[in-house]
Amino acid sequence: MSTVAVIDYGMGNLRSVCKAIEHVDASVRVALTADPETVRGADRVVFPGQGAIGGCIAALDAHGMREVLLEVMRSKPFLGICLGLQALYEFSEEGNGTPGLGILPGQVRLFPRAQMRDPETGLALKVPHMGWNGVQQVTGHPLWEGIPQQTRFYFVHSYYADTADSAYIAGETAYGVRFTSAAAHENIFAVQFHPEKSQHHGLRLLHNFINWDGES
Amino acid sequence: MGLAKRIIPCLDVDKGRVVKGVKFVDIRDAGDPVEVARRYDEQGADEVTFLDITASSDDRDTMVHVVEEMAAEVFIPLTVGGGIRTQEDIRRMLNAGADKVAINTAAVFNPEFVREASAHFGSQCIVVAIDAKQVQDGEHPRWEIYTHGGRKPTGLDAVAWARKMAEYGAGELLLTSMDRDGTRDGFDIPLTCTICDAVGIPVIASGGVGNLEHLAEGILDGHADAVLAASIFHFGEFTVAQAKQHMAGRGIEVRLA
Repeated sequence: MSTVAVIDYGMGNLRSVCKAIEHVDASVRVALTADPETVRGADRVVFPGQGAIGGCIAALDAHGMREVLLEVMRSKPFLGICLGLQALYEFSEEGNGTPGLGILPGQVRLFPRAQMRDPETGLALKVPHMGWNGVQQVTGHPLWEGIPQQTRFYFVHSYYADTADSAYIAGETAYGVRFTSAAAHENIFAVQFHPEKSQHHGLRLLHNFINWDGES
Repeated sequence: MGLAKRIIPCLDVDKGRVVKGVKFVDIRDAGDPVEVARRYDEQGADEVTFLDITASSDDRDTMVHVVEEMAAEVFIPLTVGGGIRTQEDIRRMLNAGADKVAINTAAVFNPEFVREASAHFGSQCIVVAIDAKQVQDGEHPRWEIYTHGGRKPTGLDAVAWARKMAEYGAGELLLTSMDRDGTRDGFDIPLTCTICDAVGIPVIASGGVGNLEHLAEGILDGHADAVLAASIFHFGEFTVAQAKQHMAGRGIEVRLA
């Protein structure tokens, strides 16, 4: 039986993530955990990220999770979701500037609200970027299997990833700016959108993750 | 491709049961919120909102179970409103599987509640519900915030209030016209447009939808980011899919399944 550790440090709603994984494969055991040993012992790791980035990184350190996270990111199929993508970068503008885990090259920036207009209506674009937007798959990847190009996924975020090296980008989305909505590097895959809230295609992505051996 | 405008069916739930019976053909239990939500999900709803109108706080636990069940079966975003007064209320709903909570009366009585909630849980899950009623006609219309289902005026100007809630960290506003709610005459477009243009956060328009063109008007004329409706979907008059087809025909970007 394969196990998936969903990293939790008690800051909010992770029930949907767990239920969605159980839904796509009833034989998988999902462990919602902040225990480093449980994470180390799992076959796969999901890092959803919760709250603001400063609190997220601080909570990882408080639970002694940074080290094990860096370790599993080199060794197991790893899926970052939302803040779990943003935390992988070198730096975020959130909270007057917060260093990230530095796994992926680039910065996380606040949407430049004042400069963002809907190209059709000319109306200001709202922040947070909330709702269903299309993802342009810029590389082939096992996690995209069965998911059409430009599929809409559910997003809700005010900061976006600006990847410094395009070799790490798996998907892009346009909202005022063009940003990294999916990043991939070796056994790491991370998405800005919420697959657990993105209906069939989101569940397909989770299914692909559960069946991924970590090779791209 | 850009961000799609959202269609959000809303269910009034009392003690865990859907109020104002939903009339779908071939539904097993039209009073079960989870089954109704699943049906809306199949039709292509972008989100679902549950409004808990349970009067007694003793019966509120029922809503937590409904949310838990929904989160295990329906994988689109869920907002829960009604009776959200404390940080603990928010935590319970989010832990049960809600993605957002809608705060209404508690925000009016204590605006700091919104600031604290968004700082703690993140703006993305804090929706402030605004019930507004027109108090001045003519060239410069004004709207005021009302509580208790539109019965009690608060003296708060709706536009100033909307801006304040955005500043306090609300991630989204759910704007209901108390003049139009239940009338099926369409959204209050001047109100919707005024609020939508006044804030930088997304606004869901609500109150008065009687046909599919009303939904399109909320987006095109009201500048809303999402439209919420109850009765036109519940009574099986229209499906969410038909609503989306209509909006797409009016040039609105929607998520088509």
